[in-house]
Amino acid sequence: MTANTLLSVEDVTVDLPTPRGNLRAVDHVDLTVGAGRTLGVVGESGCGKTMLSRAILQLLPKKAKLSGRVMFDGQDLLQLPAEKLRRLRGRSLAVVFQDPMTSLNPVLTIGTQLIETLQEHLELDDATARKRSVELLAAVGIPAPEQRLAQYPHQLSGGMRQRVAIAIALSCEPKLLIADEPTTALDVTIQAQILDLLAREQRRRHMAMIIITHDLGVVAGRTDEVAVMYAGRVVERAPTPALFKKMRMPYTEALLAALPRLDAAPHTPLPAISGRPPDPTRPLQGCSFSPRCRYAVARCRREKPALTEAESREHQYACFHPIEIHEGAGA
Amino acid sequence: MATLELEVAEEAVTQPARKGRRLGMLFWAAIGWLIFVFAVAIFATVLPLPSPTDMDMLERRAPFSAEHWLGTDGLGRDELSRLIYGARISLVVGVCAPVIGLIVGGALGMLAGYFRGRFESMVVGSMDVLLAFPPLILALAVTAYLGQSIFNLTLILGLLSVPAFMRVARAATLTLARREFVIAAQALGATHARILLRELLPNVMLPLLAFFLLGVAVIIVVEGSLSFLGLGVPPPISSWGSMIGEGRESLDVAPRLAFMPAAAMFLTVLSFNLVGDTLRALTDPRQGAL
Repeated sequence: MTANTLLSVEDVTVDLPTPRGNLRAVDHVDLTVGAGRTLGVVGESGCGKTMLSRAILQLLPKKAKLSGRVMFDGQDLLQLPAEKLRRLRGRSLAVVFQDPMTSLNPVLTIGTQLIETLQEHLELDDATARKRSVELLAAVGIPAPEQRLAQYPHQLSGGMRQRVAIAIALSCEPKLLIADEPTTALDVTIQAQILDLLAREQRRRHMAMIIITHDLGVVAGRTDEVAVMYAGRVVERAPTPALFKKMRMPYTEALLAALPRLDAAPHTPLPAISGRPPDPTRPLQGCSFSPRCRYAVARCRREKPALTEAESREHQYACFHPIEIHEGAGA
Repeated sequence: MATLELEVAEEAVTQPARKGRRLGMLFWAAIGWLIFVFAVAIFATVLPLPSPTDMDMLERRAPFSAEHWLGTDGLGRDELSRLIYGARISLVVGVCAPVIGLIVGGALGMLAGYFRGRFESMVVGSMDVLLAFPPLILALAVTAYLGQSIFNLTLILGLLSVPAFMRVARAATLTLARREFVIAAQALGATHARILLRELLPNVMLPLLAFFLLGVAVIIVVEGSLSFLGLGVPPPISSWGSMIGEGRESLDVAPRLAFMPAAAMFLTVLSFNLVGDTLRALTDPRQGAL
């Protein structure tokens, strides 16, 4: 899209062999992220969001088969030797994981974990690394950062831990930060704080960010572009304002409709998407959303719609019967 | 009946201590005994003791006296001195052999649990072979071939303890290696060595150390059994096991010659078990909370 593309995922497919057969977790996905831009990847559980992020990081399970191309900063990550890839991770490519309870080592102090990451990549001496760590902790809004260095993860609250995880991820000034459901394990008031923190640090450091979430509300105000995934495929992709103004894919619409609304009367049932996502080990012939789609016709069950451009180059969707008129947010 | 009541009373004392995570009297008594035994063993040469190997044929099986505090054995050697020098052997073998097991088994187990694949099958397979091999036969064969010495004895017992440590380390590593912080470390560009040493080892160390203390207790008993069978340290060096073996001949005349080393071994093994158990109880439940 933009002239200076930082990351481009080209035709990436991830296959996981399972006892029940081949599981296609990610199915021919194309994505690009420009330097300093934010991409939101949205989809329900099991749609391949996390596998996509692992594919970008080349941290897939050993048995997984990956095909396609992941170009990052002019290098193809799939062709890169292991040692170069290792240096790239953490240095220019960082991740924040979903659960801060498990993503920090329980038996090492916060300080050790931060300082070692700094020393690993930036070759700082102890005093400088320590000073940087304190600055980083202060930057992510942790009070009394000096004292925190000596504390263990279990002495911190969930929000604090996620801040620490973000501090570690930011420590080497990465060019791209992948936030894999960074707020799912946190309570709502903390969620907004963490997202604001990520947005602030992103602007300050001019880094690109991928926010992976199942919550359209999370991406609404904080991303430049949104890709909606379903059953391993990108089914709609558009700049954020365009998407929310005029969504074309019935799945996106259903996803938005399933969000609880503040102005709804109490005890209003949430319009959940009926049915379940298709079994990824048994690919459907037609559109994978067709069994649950209220607009589906015979053609949807026979043919798989390709991701095509709509009225603008940026807005792409995979549907034969896109929603023409969009009436407010939700069905 | 009397003993039964006593046991119940003892349990009632230990129960709340364990529940409240307080270390309790028994733990400190065990620590005290271990410190005492180690101190005596370390300073054996400095203590005003008669030589443990000097025989006095006129004073065979002498009773307790000011000269021989715990009497003399069947060859007129000072019993207390032999007990203390025997503690040295039992402790050296009892600590060194599990150290070999801890280092070799722990390293193999962690590598197997972390890298998985063919290496793991190889390690687990070879450990199963070692476990299936009768330990006594192995000890016999090695001592017959390489000769009887403390070094060889330690080596055999160390080798025999490798599989157990390997299993503990592998089991702990298997669950830990799937935790997110390991993936997080990989995502931060950590090398395999760094992940193993800095991320996994501190976590695996807790169960390994608790198991180590139990291992020491087991090895002391095994060393005692081997010495009792005459496969342990060569005479005239004393070890608790060989002293029990020698005392067996005079069980009817002077049963204390077999019972005193047995009591020393019993108390030491019990202490190691108590300390190991307490430490395990301290580290185990917290693992879930972290």
